[in-house]
Amino acid sequence: MVEQLRGVSLDQKLLKRFGLPLAVLLVAFFYPKYADSLQGLPAIGDFVPSVNSVVIMIVFTMMAVGLNIVVGYAGLLDLGYVAFYAAGAYMAAWFASQQFDQWTFHFGSVGISKDLPGIHLSIWLVLLMAGLFTMVVGILIGLPTLRLRGDYLAIVTLGFGEIVPQVVRNGDNVFGFDLTHGTFGISPIDSPGFGSVGDSLGLPLSYQQSFDRAQWFYWTALALLLITVFCSVRLRDSRLGRAWVAIREDETAAAAMGVPLMRTKTWSYALGAFFGGVAGAFYSSFRSGAFPADFYFNISVFLLCMVILGGMGSVWGALLGGMILGYLNVEGLATIGSKANEVGINFDPTKYQFGIYGVIIVLMMLFRPSGLITERRHKQELEEGTADTPLYDVTHEGSDTDRDPSND
Amino acid sequence: MADSRLTRSLDGLRKSGVTALFGYALLAMVAVWLIGNFAKDPKEFIQVGLIGLTNGLIFGLVALGYTLVYGILQLINFAHGDVFALSGLVASTMIVSWLGLDKDASVVAILGGMLLTLVVIMAVFAFVNVTIEFVAYRRLRAAPRLAALITAVGMSFIVQNVSLAMYDVNYRSVPSFIPRSEAFAVAGISYSWNKLAVVVITLPVLALLTWFVTSTKQGKAMRAVAQDTEASAMMGIDVNRTISVTFAIAGALAGSAAIVYLLQFNMRYDTGFELGLIAFTAAVLGGIGNLSGAVLGALVIGFIQAFNEGLTWYTPGSDWTRSIVFGILIAILVFRPEGLLGERTPEGA
Repeated sequence: MVEQLRGVSLDQKLLKRFGLPLAVLLVAFFYPKYADSLQGLPAIGDFVPSVNSVVIMIVFTMMAVGLNIVVGYAGLLDLGYVAFYAAGAYMAAWFASQQFDQWTFHFGSVGISKDLPGIHLSIWLVLLMAGLFTMVVGILIGLPTLRLRGDYLAIVTLGFGEIVPQVVRNGDNVFGFDLTHGTFGISPIDSPGFGSVGDSLGLPLSYQQSFDRAQWFYWTALALLLITVFCSVRLRDSRLGRAWVAIREDETAAAAMGVPLMRTKTWSYALGAFFGGVAGAFYSSFRSGAFPADFYFNISVFLLCMVILGGMGSVWGALLGGMILGYLNVEGLATIGSKANEVGINFDPTKYQFGIYGVIIVLMMLFRPSGLITERRHKQELEEGTADTPLYDVTHEGSDTDRDPSND
Repeated sequence: MADSRLTRSLDGLRKSGVTALFGYALLAMVAVWLIGNFAKDPKEFIQVGLIGLTNGLIFGLVALGYTLVYGILQLINFAHGDVFALSGLVASTMIVSWLGLDKDASVVAILGGMLLTLVVIMAVFAFVNVTIEFVAYRRLRAAPRLAALITAVGMSFIVQNVSLAMYDVNYRSVPSFIPRSEAFAVAGISYSWNKLAVVVITLPVLALLTWFVTSTKQGKAMRAVAQDTEASAMMGIDVNRTISVTFAIAGALAGSAAIVYLLQFNMRYDTGFELGLIAFTAAVLGGIGNLSGAVLGALVIGFIQAFNEGLTWYTPGSDWTRSIVFGILIAILVFRPEGLLGERTPEGA
């Protein structure tokens, strides 16, 4: 009978744990199919984002999950995440466009003629390379700065977050070499695709040339986001993740318990950078261009706002915050603005969007610092309590755990 | 300590003096660059240097605001630069629209108007700064530092957007009622009136601040709270009021800095962000928490910025000013975190 009881509770546990995420995943997977019909609805139809907009929202959410690793897990305030975003984007620009037309090298490129000048690698490979390159950038940035106290770390990361966009803008003449093509940016950038092999299987040869371009980009973005979330959850529950939490809660105690501070902090930077780089590379491939106008300091704060709104340290919080604020940024505020204009209120929310994000940050910090979805550990600590039933219930005679002294 | 081999080797490198050597090599390169430019055209060099001096004084006023608040709360008040911008915009409205000062105004009107603007703006923005502290930072005094820092970033954006809402994206300036013509010239190097006005306004403000911090009871309270908040509270110092006074002074300094900034340049809602970062770098360069250090650091940064934008021999140019300033910040925090005039503590600053 006990085994039967155990069997029931196991199913319920599984259902609770995987049911909701699976349902959300299914709804998300089929979004391109019913997005159009949703947009046709009477009142709320205008608020439904297009598939292209959702791709951008997912890119931002990916970066929010990445930033959550640095800010949420390890407690290091990183105000320069846009540097990783830009690094990933330009990495894709360097290895999948005609930027370096001094050489002609193709490897797995799809949808373009093989004599096109420039380095053209398969986007799947470029995504990985961008992640690794950005990881190296993160480690390099982290080496001199992670020794510093929290506030200095914030300023220095802010500095890097400012230097990288400026380098990108002025990088058209680095000792005579055109690295980033200056303010014009690098475009066009190749798009992902499955080549002739995929073509025979019914998959698109190249996303750019496929009829359902937005849909394929959307599914790829979803897949990347799932991988990011998976990695983030596994990291959280790993030894490294616990080391991060230890550092976040009390650095001195963590060091006293043998947690190697510099190495652990550098890992958090590197992994956060990795996901930022992949997101940046995917984004530039989606937009078919890497433009300096897309990379500016305010984005770092925007991502921070996502993590804070959703819940610092909570993956689901970062997802929630990312989707909400991503939606507001891409379509939401503009739609609200036009609706307000229709009613006669002459107010343009997109102009003041960073003020809105600032208000969100301040309000959350003052009134609900743990965010909308509290991180699991904080929840246990502050709300549920970690004390479970005592081993011996000595308050009630005849209870299950009431021990007969003769059994001692 | 379970440090990695990399950390140990980096620390070893540091102790062995190799990084110090690298730092000195960097300084030597800068010295060579400066000497080269001086040799090329001494008059130009000194002319540009005077511009740097003037700008440095402006940066100094803003840097003092940062360093005062950091000294007492260990908080980088990101919103300070944006308060500076807002005060400048309001000051421009006051000078142009309410007082109507322009080129044809009499000397008495100009002097009176400037003095009035200075007093009013300093008072108003002292109050604004105190309000910001009361609303955003007071509740978080017991919270982890990360929370206060994040709130400061959010506050910075809020203030910036208030400026945006009030003044839109336009640049605002004041008419050149203080002429940009030559005030005096020494050996062919001229110094214009509006730059002289900057010096005339800034030096008394600095003197007033120094007197306040060193000679008054409130100033002593500020220094005590900066040193040890709990002990000060035990000695009967009203910590809340002292912190409010500090923010008030910082706000007043920002206001005065904005007015002298307007005499030279024009302003926009986002001017405060970049200037704030330059000023914060200056404060760190001089030793955060140290008042004379802030002014010294600001002068150095002023010189570097002016030289970068004015000289011509192997000069990166104004495109790279921001990167250079941040490079300096990073270099300082890596090589000498206590700054030029600070004291080294175990945590590194």
